[in-house]
Parts: sequence; C-alpha cells; structure tokens
Amino acid sequence: MTATGIHHRSYVSELRLRATRAEYVRLALMGVLLVVVPFVLDNYWMSIANTILIAVIGAVGLNILVGYTGQISLGQGGFLAVGAYTSVILSDRMGLPTPLSIAFAVVFTAVIGTFFGLPGLRLKGLYLAIATLASQQIIEFLIRRDIGDFLTGGLGYINVERFSFLGFQVGGRDVFERQWYVILAILAILAVMAGRNLFRTGLGRSFMAVRDQDIAAEAIGVNLTRAKLTAFAVSSGFVGLAGALTAHYSEVVSWEKFTLEVSILYLAMIIVGGLGSIAGSVYGAIFMTLLPVVIRNVANALDSVVPFLGDQLPAVQNATFGLVIILFLIIEPRGLNRLWERIKEFFRFWPFRY
Amino acid sequence: MLTRAYQHSLNGSHLPDGEPLLEVDAVSLRFGGVKALTDISFTVTQGHVHAIIGPNGAGKSSMLNCISGIYHPQEGEIRLHTAAADGTRTLSTLTKLPPHRIARLRVARSFQNIELFSHLTVLENLMLGRHIHMNHSVLASMLWFGPARRQEIQHRQLVEEVIDLLQLQAYRSKPVGALAYGIQKRVELGRALCIQPALLLLDEPMAGMNAEEKEDMARYILDVHELAGVTVVLIEHDMNVVMDISDRVSVLDFGRLIADGTPDEVKADPAVIEAYLGSEEEDADVREAVEHMQRLTEEESRG
Repeated sequence: MTATGIHHRSYVSELRLRATRAEYVRLALMGVLLVVVPFVLDNYWMSIANTILIAVIGAVGLNILVGYTGQISLGQGGFLAVGAYTSVILSDRMGLPTPLSIAFAVVFTAVIGTFFGLPGLRLKGLYLAIATLASQQIIEFLIRRDIGDFLTGGLGYINVERFSFLGFQVGGRDVFERQWYVILAILAILAVMAGRNLFRTGLGRSFMAVRDQDIAAEAIGVNLTRAKLTAFAVSSGFVGLAGALTAHYSEVVSWEKFTLEVSILYLAMIIVGGLGSIAGSVYGAIFMTLLPVVIRNVANALDSVVPFLGDQLPAVQNATFGLVIILFLIIEPRGLNRLWERIKEFFRFWPFRY
Repeated sequence: MLTRAYQHSLNGSHLPDGEPLLEVDAVSLRFGGVKALTDISFTVTQGHVHAIIGPNGAGKSSMLNCISGIYHPQEGEIRLHTAAADGTRTLSTLTKLPPHRIARLRVARSFQNIELFSHLTVLENLMLGRHIHMNHSVLASMLWFGPARRQEIQHRQLVEEVIDLLQLQAYRSKPVGALAYGIQKRVELGRALCIQPALLLLDEPMAGMNAEEKEDMARYILDVHELAGVTVVLIEHDMNVVMDISDRVSVLDFGRLIADGTPDEVKADPAVIEAYLGSEEEDADVREAVEHMQRLTEEESRG
C-alpha cells in the first residue's frame, strides 16, 4: 500500500488478487512456512498439520455454501461420510486407482449434496438448517445401520489400504505423515485457490447475490434454482474431497467420524474464521483444530497446580469450545479474518486511529 | 444518441420509437379476497417515459411486480414486443415467465425499498447487472481461466460507462450497505442499466429524497432516456416530477385504471382530481366530523 492508495492502470491489474509488494511478501512467507513445516515438526505435530489441511478443504467447501450463498447447512458430516465411503469402496473393493476413486467420490458427493439441497429451493434460514439436519441424520442412519452389510461387511468399519498411486506408495511410520503432508498441502492450496477464484467471477457473485437479496437476484436474471443447486454441488464437492482424504489418510472409515458434532465443528470453524471469506475458512480450520490440542497441553502443564483441568479434560475442552464461539459471536462476529484486517488497518493508519 | 465517450448502447430494444413495446391486457390480481388490480389495460410505447401514479395502496407496485414476474396475475396477459438486431420480431407473454426469464428479455427494474446486494461493492453490484450477458462453466470459474476471466474484463467496460453516466466513480469499491440513501438509489438504477434494458421499470426512484436529490435523480433518468434511448416506466408520487418528465401517465386508484393519457389530459381528468383531492361531498363530510370532534373536546374541557 502506498501512501495514497493503490492506483491501477488496467482492469487486468485490478483483477489481480494481490496488488502490493507487502501482499506478495506475505504470500512468499506463507509458502516458506508450508515448506519448512515438515522439517521442524515431529510426527505428532505433523499429524495435526495434516488434520488441519483436510479441515481447510472441508471448511472452504462449507463456507461456499453457508458464508457465500447464505444456505445454512448442518449436513457437513453426512457429506464427508459420502465422500469417504464412496472413495474407499471404489478404490479398495472395485480396484480403481485411488486418485480416480477420490475424483469419483467428489463428483458423487456433489450429486448427493445437490439432491439434499433441493429443500433449499423452498426453505430459508433456520428452516433450511432443520432440513439439512435431516440429511445429516438420514446419511448417518444409513451408514450406521449399514443395511445388508454392503458398506462394511458387518464389521461396522472399513480398514483402508495404504494410499498408492502409479507404483508410488506412502511409506511407513517415519515418512508417513510427511508424504501425506505433501499430498494434502497441494490439494488444500488448490482448494483455496479454486474457492478464491470462484468469487472473482460472475458465478460466485451470483451466489452472493442470492445470499444478500434473492428477489433482486432473480430480477437481474439469476436463476435461483440453478444458483442454489450449483452452490450445493460445488460445496459438497469440496466436502466430498475432504471426506475421501480423511478416509485414505486415517486408513479407517467408521460412522463415528461423521456425526452431527462434526457438522457443528465445521460450522464453528467458518463462524470463528469468518463467514463469506476463504481466508477465514483457513484461519478457522487452523484455530478449531489447534484449540483442543492447546487446551490439553495447557491442562498438562498446569497439572500440579490445577489437577482438575487434566482430570476433566473432555469437559474442559467442550466448555472452552463453547466459550470461544460465544466470545467470537460477541466480540467479532465476522471472525478471525476481520480481526486480521483490523490489525492491518491499525498499523496502516498508525499513528492515527482511522 | 450517446456521445463518443460511451461505446455501448444501454438501450436493449431494437424496436423503432413509437411502436408498442409492452401491452398490459385486462390484468387482474387478487390476494385471497383482496383485489389488488382489477382489469387493467394500457400500452407502453417504445421511447416513452411512462409514469404510473396513484394514491398509496392503489396497486402501482403490484402492477410493476406483475410486469417483472414477481407476481402472477390470475387474469389477463402482459406481452412484450422484442426485435432482434436483424429486425425479426417476437412477442413474449411475460405473465407466464419466472422473473429471471423476464430479466433475460431485458426487462430491468429497481425496487421501492432498495434491494441491493448490501455486502458487495458498487462495482460488484453493477457487474451482477451483467449477469444475463455472462456465461461460463463452474470449472472455468474455479480455475480463473478462459471465458470466466475474459468476461470479467470485457463486461467491466460497459459497467464503467454506467459508472460514468451516473457519476458513481467515487464509490466504485465501497460496500453499498455503507452508502448514503441517495447514492444507493442511484446504484440500483445503475444495476438495472447494466442489463442494457429494453424496458426499465423504476419503483419510486425518488422516494424519500429532498428537492435537490430529486432533481439529480430526475436528471439521471432523463439522461438514461434521452441519451441512451431507454424506455422507462416509473412510479412516482411527486406530481411536479411526473408532469415534467413523462410522456404518458396511467393513473391507478383502488386497483383500477381511472385515467391514461398525456400529462395534460390526466391533470384535467375529473376522476383523477377526485382521487387525489377528494370530492366536494367528502370534504363536507370531513369538515363536519372535525367540527364534531372539536365540540366534544370543548365540552370535555369545560367539564
């Protein structure tokens, strides 16, 4: 940012996502950070980094639907399950190459998501939330009951083969997390870029128009049915990818990973991160994945002083979880992304207030 | 015609001036037992500023909502004449179409209570006005590739012309929710213009404005009409504005069309005068009621 603002000389330059040197420096720093991470973290922290990367993909997907299109969805867990089960059944049971089965899982989840998005054509707000809650319950019920033992063959879970592709196979304990990190980091970056691009173009703008004023959107020629269903499809595609990756990365699929709690955790991510912001989805995914870990570490450190924290760890984690969401809703409803913008503004305007 | 600085024609109709553009034919609209519109017929001519006036609750906004497809009248038809650039004519029945299809026929509108996309910037709102002219796949959009990227640049040129025409340069990248009321009204006009409308429907574009803002808005509407040649249908309460800028006036009262003609004809129409000023008899009734109330209060204060 120059003293008098940014002066573009062409539409092309204005359409770039970054305009100042500071923004490019920040991008480079983030790139360096991503490269450095696997060299400095141990396996435990690498597994957390990998969980974050998967959560980023899922959170971007949910934000496209909830934050950008204004369609509240509590069906995230169910769609993650669809992605996970589809990919695993295709790769392990039908013998498809894993990347191909993941791609199919993405498409199939998009189709299922579109189907469960149909109530969105008639319902808004809380009523839609209840309808998507139904989709969560239906999918959860189906995979839990596993009628005819089609999904898990009566076991209740599926063991997933180690990820392999064109002769390359992810290695054992010492390299497992690091190799997955590379795969997940690339996919997460692609997901973030796809999300960011979507809302630079007419299609993404029509989603936001539906969110802000659906009647006016129709009056300027946005086909509400098409826009809403496309949003459900795109969003579910991202979520399906996250689900499929969870399955192949954790190498076990069972219904406990896709409950309503997961749906709410993802909603919390995008609320804390910032609704209607791709960067916010990333911040939220990082924050909500790290929070329980940090609480556990703090509880362990304080064990000698306040043994209660360690003894009641799950309860303390839940309580803190709730507290954090409430605090965010009160202090900065627009989430971490807005907080970051405010910090930047503070320094930009310093020594003035505004 | 537009001056050289503007390269795009904002008028989306290829009909010659003076031909019928929109025919409202015996339209009736009911909400349950409430008759909002009863047997309304009038014709909007290409090249006109056509005003719809009437007291509050007369059904003016309902009429506009029927044209733009938000309401579907139970009886009657609304037909739009369109001509392609090569002169081929088509006649579309708007009463059977959903709003987004009507927008594709280049019928654009603004709303009485501003309905902008409040979290988006002025520029994004105007670019959304180009929605019907944009077409690209989800994949192209997510990859920022090909048509998706090209269209962003291409459509920006027309949007910038609208920004110039309506003098919105200073607000280009401001979120519209934070703008002053008068500016928001102007952005809404701009968004409708970006469609390159064949017919522009304006629902009280000057409501709640002071005299100066009204003058500005009237000037913009005249610019749109005279420079760009866009046919305008507008609802307005301010009689002076209506009589000044419109070529034809339709008057509604209690859901019925009570007059339809040039501003001078309408001004002289006894039915219109009665609707607006009330009849002599009603005046007498009101006077009597007021005097009665005064008597009562006087008696009360005397104890």
